[in-house]
Amino acid sequence: MKILLYGYGNPGRQDDGLGNEFVNRMQEWINKEGIKNFEFESNYQLNIEDAHVISDKELVIFIDASDEDIQDFCISKVTESSKMSFTTHSASPGFIVDLCKKLFNKSPLTLLLHIKGYEWNLKEELTEKAEENLNKAMNYFKQKFKNPKLLIQPDTELKTC
Amino acid sequence: MAKKITIEPVTRVEGHGKVTIHLDDEGNVVQSRLHIVEFRGFERFVQGRPYWEAPVLVQRLCGICPVSHHLAAAKALDVIVGAGTGDGLTPTGEKMRRLMHYGQIFQSHALHFFHLVSPDLLFGIDADPAIRNIIGVALKFKDLAVQGVMMRKFGQEIIEVTAGKKIHGTGAIPGGINKNLSIEERDIFLKGPDPMNIDKMISWSQDAVNFFKDYHKKHRELIDTFAAFPSSHLSLVRKDGAMDLYDGVIRAVDAEGKKILHDIDPQDYLKYIAEEVKNWSYMKFPYLIEYGKKDGWYRVGPLARLNTADFIPSPLAQKEFEQFKAYTNGKPNNMSMHMHWARLIETLHAAEMMKELLNDPDLQKDDLVTKGTKVKEGVGLLEAPRGTLFHHYRINDNDQITMANLIVSTTNNNEPMNVAVRCVADSMIAGQKEIIEGMMNAVEVAIRAYDPCLSCATHALGKMPLEVSLFDSNNNLIDKKRS
Repeated sequence: MKILLYGYGNPGRQDDGLGNEFVNRMQEWINKEGIKNFEFESNYQLNIEDAHVISDKELVIFIDASDEDIQDFCISKVTESSKMSFTTHSASPGFIVDLCKKLFNKSPLTLLLHIKGYEWNLKEELTEKAEENLNKAMNYFKQKFKNPKLLIQPDTELKTC
Repeated sequence: MAKKITIEPVTRVEGHGKVTIHLDDEGNVVQSRLHIVEFRGFERFVQGRPYWEAPVLVQRLCGICPVSHHLAAAKALDVIVGAGTGDGLTPTGEKMRRLMHYGQIFQSHALHFFHLVSPDLLFGIDADPAIRNIIGVALKFKDLAVQGVMMRKFGQEIIEVTAGKKIHGTGAIPGGINKNLSIEERDIFLKGPDPMNIDKMISWSQDAVNFFKDYHKKHRELIDTFAAFPSSHLSLVRKDGAMDLYDGVIRAVDAEGKKILHDIDPQDYLKYIAEEVKNWSYMKFPYLIEYGKKDGWYRVGPLARLNTADFIPSPLAQKEFEQFKAYTNGKPNNMSMHMHWARLIETLHAAEMMKELLNDPDLQKDDLVTKGTKVKEGVGLLEAPRGTLFHHYRINDNDQITMANLIVSTTNNNEPMNVAVRCVADSMIAGQKEIIEGMMNAVEVAIRAYDPCLSCATHALGKMPLEVSLFDSNNNLIDKKRS
């Protein structure tokens, strides 16, 4: 079972780097715990080649900072979406999943972890509240990753948005 | 009734911009402008920072071409730390940077052609926007779309092994590079399973050039006349006149091919190039001082580079270059849509250069950094995917940056893009009673040919929906469309 954790955002814009930081810290923890079958990606934004990156995975978890009205973090299932952005600076997870299906005939189970952020200025540091939300999300997924196969079971309960 | 047409934001370009076209009562174009509504502040942000941070800091300018800013800043700092320019670096330092740069050119050109441009060519400028996009290409021309994705991925992976990581790469440092390329890393690209190896990338690049040439044969009028206009062209060239995307001297030619900037040292650029500010755009308008604001503007990018260079130093791209030059009898090519042809020839050149570099044993050596006597000022230029990129820094006794001046590729192409918009407005919108979506996209196609990165040219802040507005002569809104 191949699992991909893919955080995206700009760590130079404060809480926008939440996704990248989640992956950095989770990679360190997973390696320390000796948990197998995980792969890690981190980038400024999603782009078309990510359709290939996710094509051989069974489970993909994108992690992004969120400015939506959520408590701390939540998870949504990513469905295919052919809606395009007007710029390649920002491809959505749904667009990547859609492109993956159309180009490579693969549809990995894909989740999006939204972590609440607050400040987006030019600074390379998470805010205190964002740091708390990151830790909550980390603790939640550390439990899940001890038996990651459960994540792909249809009846698995997740902290949904 | 006189009208004002607004296209906002322009789609399938990197960043935000809007176009306004003013028509008089008879429907003639009286004014057209590409407005850049983002604000860039990086020249101020880096002031006060230690100079060695610049190559990493400036990457935040853009998520699409951080490598170009990383390398241009590093080149300017090479001068400041006394490592000199060009061959002042160790062979490993210079070649690792070149490999990173060709990876960037390769992935950026592939993204632009396959993702942003091919929908216009494959489906037509006036096709339904619902299918005129990469998803449409994926459905109808799957092999082509897969090629584009894999070429982009290959270039990105080259960047990752040379820059150290995808985000905020640290590969280039003042005076050199901080890592070499291991045999294992090299062999991923030389011997990778199909299609992820350099030979396949060269083959696909040739296919892409042939695809365009075939398209050109079938759509000669569109490709040769759409937004075509005479202009000067500027780029770096190697001292012997060869195309060199990483280093060289600045050369400009006029629309007839006469040299108007004679292979000058990049350190002296301020003697020859100035920037004009206009009150309706955050993007400046560079020009050659000798020819003034009105006549001194020039084009940069793939078309300009093929117009200024005497030859391309890689065999397959050189063969294509000869055909390209023959098409205009050796004169500069002033056809905006030929930018795509030029871009694909450069893609092939970048692939050939990557293969040459991957086979170079200098990349496995350990002499990575050149040291020298520090000076207070340095200029770094390179040919970014979209054109000539200028980075210029001054530092104080505390090693802090006191001045930064960046002229990015898209800024250099500011006036040409405005001229291209005017060409299309005159030929396709003037005199029309109704403005249809295809006409709007035609304006965007003209801009898109320049592959503008408006985030680089300014700095991305804020979000903007796609909105098209029509105004009458009294600026009353008479129609509005939103995507």
